[in-house]
Amino acid sequence: MEARTVRLLVNGRTHEVALDPNVTLLQVLRDLGHTDVKSGCEKGDCGACAVLLDGKAVNSCLVLAWQAEGAEILTNAGLGTISDPHPIQEAFADAGAIQCGFCTPGMIVATKALLDRNPNPAEAEIREALSGNLCRCTGYGQIVEAVRLSAERLRDLGSSPASSLAGIRSASEDGREADPEDRLLVEGDETEAGEEA
Amino acid sequence: MDNVQPKPLPDVELPPLKQVGKPLRRVDALGKAVGATAYAADFTMPNMLHAKVLRSDRPHARIVRLDVSKARALPGVVCVLTGEDVKGAKLNTDMPGQTGRAARAGSDAPVLALDVVRYVGEPMALVAAETLETAEQALGLIEIEYEDLPAVFDPEEAMAPGAPILFAPDNVVSRYKIRKGDLESGMAEADLVVENTFRMPFVEHAYLEPDGGVAWVDEQGVINIRVCTQVVEHFRSVARALGVPQNRVRIRGTMVGGGFGSKEDVTVEIFLAFLTRETGRPVKLVYTREEAFAATSKRHPFTVTHRTGVKRDGRITASQVEMVADSGAYPYLTPYVLLYATGMATGPYRIDNVHVDSVAAATNQTYTSAFRGFGGPQAALGYEQQMDEIAKALDMDPLEVRRVNYMGTGDTTCTGQAITSAAWSEECATRALHVLGERSSGSPTVRIGRGLASYFQSYGRITWFHDTSRAWVGVEQDGTVVLRCGVPDIGAGQSNSICQIAAEILGVPLERVTIYATDSAVTPLAGTSTATRQLYMSGNAVSMAAGEIRKNLVGFASGELGVAPDRIDLGDGRALVVDEPSRSIELDDLAKRCAAVGIELSHLAQFNAPFTDGIDPETGQGDIWPDFTFGAVAVEVAVDVETGEIDLRKCAACHDVGRSINPAAVEGQIAGGTHQGLGYALMEDFVLDRGLIATPSFAEYLIPTSVDFPTTDVIILESGTGVGPFGAKGIGEPALTPAAPAVANAVADALGVRISELPLTPERVLRAVDRARAEGPLE
Repeated sequence: MEARTVRLLVNGRTHEVALDPNVTLLQVLRDLGHTDVKSGCEKGDCGACAVLLDGKAVNSCLVLAWQAEGAEILTNAGLGTISDPHPIQEAFADAGAIQCGFCTPGMIVATKALLDRNPNPAEAEIREALSGNLCRCTGYGQIVEAVRLSAERLRDLGSSPASSLAGIRSASEDGREADPEDRLLVEGDETEAGEEA
Repeated sequence: MDNVQPKPLPDVELPPLKQVGKPLRRVDALGKAVGATAYAADFTMPNMLHAKVLRSDRPHARIVRLDVSKARALPGVVCVLTGEDVKGAKLNTDMPGQTGRAARAGSDAPVLALDVVRYVGEPMALVAAETLETAEQALGLIEIEYEDLPAVFDPEEAMAPGAPILFAPDNVVSRYKIRKGDLESGMAEADLVVENTFRMPFVEHAYLEPDGGVAWVDEQGVINIRVCTQVVEHFRSVARALGVPQNRVRIRGTMVGGGFGSKEDVTVEIFLAFLTRETGRPVKLVYTREEAFAATSKRHPFTVTHRTGVKRDGRITASQVEMVADSGAYPYLTPYVLLYATGMATGPYRIDNVHVDSVAAATNQTYTSAFRGFGGPQAALGYEQQMDEIAKALDMDPLEVRRVNYMGTGDTTCTGQAITSAAWSEECATRALHVLGERSSGSPTVRIGRGLASYFQSYGRITWFHDTSRAWVGVEQDGTVVLRCGVPDIGAGQSNSICQIAAEILGVPLERVTIYATDSAVTPLAGTSTATRQLYMSGNAVSMAAGEIRKNLVGFASGELGVAPDRIDLGDGRALVVDEPSRSIELDDLAKRCAAVGIELSHLAQFNAPFTDGIDPETGQGDIWPDFTFGAVAVEVAVDVETGEIDLRKCAACHDVGRSINPAAVEGQIAGGTHQGLGYALMEDFVLDRGLIATPSFAEYLIPTSVDFPTTDVIILESGTGVGPFGAKGIGEPALTPAAPAVANAVADALGVRISELPLTPERVLRAVDRARAEGPLE
């Protein structure tokens, strides 16, 4: 198949880029300068490249860039900045959940997806939600604590999932609503991804 | 091992501090949280080339033909280099870093294989191309003809007559012996002699950030290499291999996405240096995960045999230890790893009569080198499993047999080195056990076991390396503080700790301190982020530099405020009179006034570790390290005797860290190190099958995930007796050491028989269950 121009909506900004069908979302995001999306294994084992696709955490190395067209893509850097961090980012910094920091963007993305659907998760639910994200430094305890702290702070802010900061910041420019059934975003779902390509 | 009460602590009075000792948000945390921190692979340069490395897929073979002509002819390929092209350049693979000692162990490896490959993954050729895809395509066009050579995959076999020789003359890479006291009379005095052999596998560091970097030649002709490394001083080895002066290579470290010892060795920087020099263009090289597994070092497999003489009351009268380690195909840091294991072979126990004989041999396998603990964990897996076997043989409680033998301050290690700081083994062990609480209830199919491991582990480098570190501290005219220090930050909070120390000494909040780190050309060289040395070495250098500025500030403020200097303190960003805190000068005002009269507000300091001569080669007696950390881990496991699965139920770690500079960071080091040790015990195994890698990625090589183990209960003790700043000891490596033997002991407790080889897989558990049923402990 020939390369074609794909429109990608990343952190509220539209990129138009000519892409071969075999280019992964991870590759194109990093090439576009979204280097907060980390490449750790390129086969879906480590979770460092996790991003939100229409609110759902996926490993961007397992998604072909063509498949992400029309979706709202949110990376960790789209959640907040040094001068205006997202409460989850702040909680990770405060809880000692960050050592080398390489797994952190993926962890925070996974946390955002979890707390959007479950604002008050139990420890087992937190651990389950992060089980696709490897960390070699912390032993996970302080990360679990960071998620718990994030949940507490978000609840205190009265932030419902729909109106969370990230949701506002990343609102699709053209206002197009995406149908989640439309694309193939399930982690490890290579069969469908292959068909699409 | 149940209902253990904490041993009361000796009275310790630690001076109250303002910034140190607080769990402050680390200076590097927010940038990492929001994804603003740039790692090595995140950098690009204009006009940049992309590089790939061709690697051997044979464990031992003669290179009959290496034809790169088709790769060179591929459009978009700019440069292909082979061993011939780099003229057989060698990389010095030992003695990295900032050291005054010139002598090396002589460990070299070819930059690119010339005639022979000795392990799967050995680099053979480099390609630089306009795109990564072209570089990958070019690798596929290189034609190789091998002639397989006899290979050896076991260090004992490697030392047997007739083995293929990888390291002349006999494959022995390193050998040590320790002779302390009189072994024979010690054994004769014993009521019982206990002998056991323990085995440990290759282990992969599994840092999340694959090795990578970008290099270019700057306007002065200096080769710049931006790379994730634990050692910016590798500019020296790179310059030697290139044949250029050392001031023509600059290494700019980045924040490192985990290293754990692997990024202590030279990785991509040597390839980048050759390619950028050859092409004159910027070059980027980032390993894939599979390449990071194949191309970098592993933890040494060890076989450790203990023969211990004991009295009925548990007292050890003699200890004989033999160690055999696998160096893989090239020595790298093996001579030193083996020395660490040897010098700590008998653990934190007072033993008068000791023989240790250790040897490391070369095989056709992935080379082994530094990995968090540096031989200490393998030593501990030997002595701590042996302590439990001694307890079992004597029908004693495992804690009790340790209590009888724990060394105290003033006692000597097996090399005769006296312990000069606190040795709180029992304080730590009793606390770790106490925290486990009530024993869980088991069932006929689920057996509960508890395990304890004590340890001691050095921090700071081998003292005959003549280790040094430097730091520059300055106060700006607005009262903010700048730190310049060559420390590589590998995620453990190396930068933050020294910022917190400067903040303490200069009396400013941590937010006022900015650090510039890890650049071999513009930050004062601070040595390696290895050997649990940065807090100790660079922390002391920062203390010295900040202390000099403090002296100037206090002296000047004393004149301005009209009181004696000993009545002036620095705190909350000002200089104040201690008994009249309302009389004060803001630091920015003070700094401006100092500047106006030329008082120096910046200082470069160098800290030297104690310099000693080497140990006696015949007896192994002498000092090796600056000091030691002591501690313990206790765990409870539930072993399913039908499935062989081990469920880690509880884990507690207690360490004396001397002084905790940042308790949140210390907790992170202990919890994370413990977790790595649990993985070592229960799942991690880098499998080489006749030299071929059977666990090439995270899909096959499993490391702990968030659902495998519970959070470790961390207990931090502070004796204030370390040789680091404010009495700190090191904790980075020590944290890992006791975890694996604690688990092994717990499983042996649950089953009544010991599995003498790690990891403790369900298959091995089921075999042990059969043995336990046959021998009686299990019904």
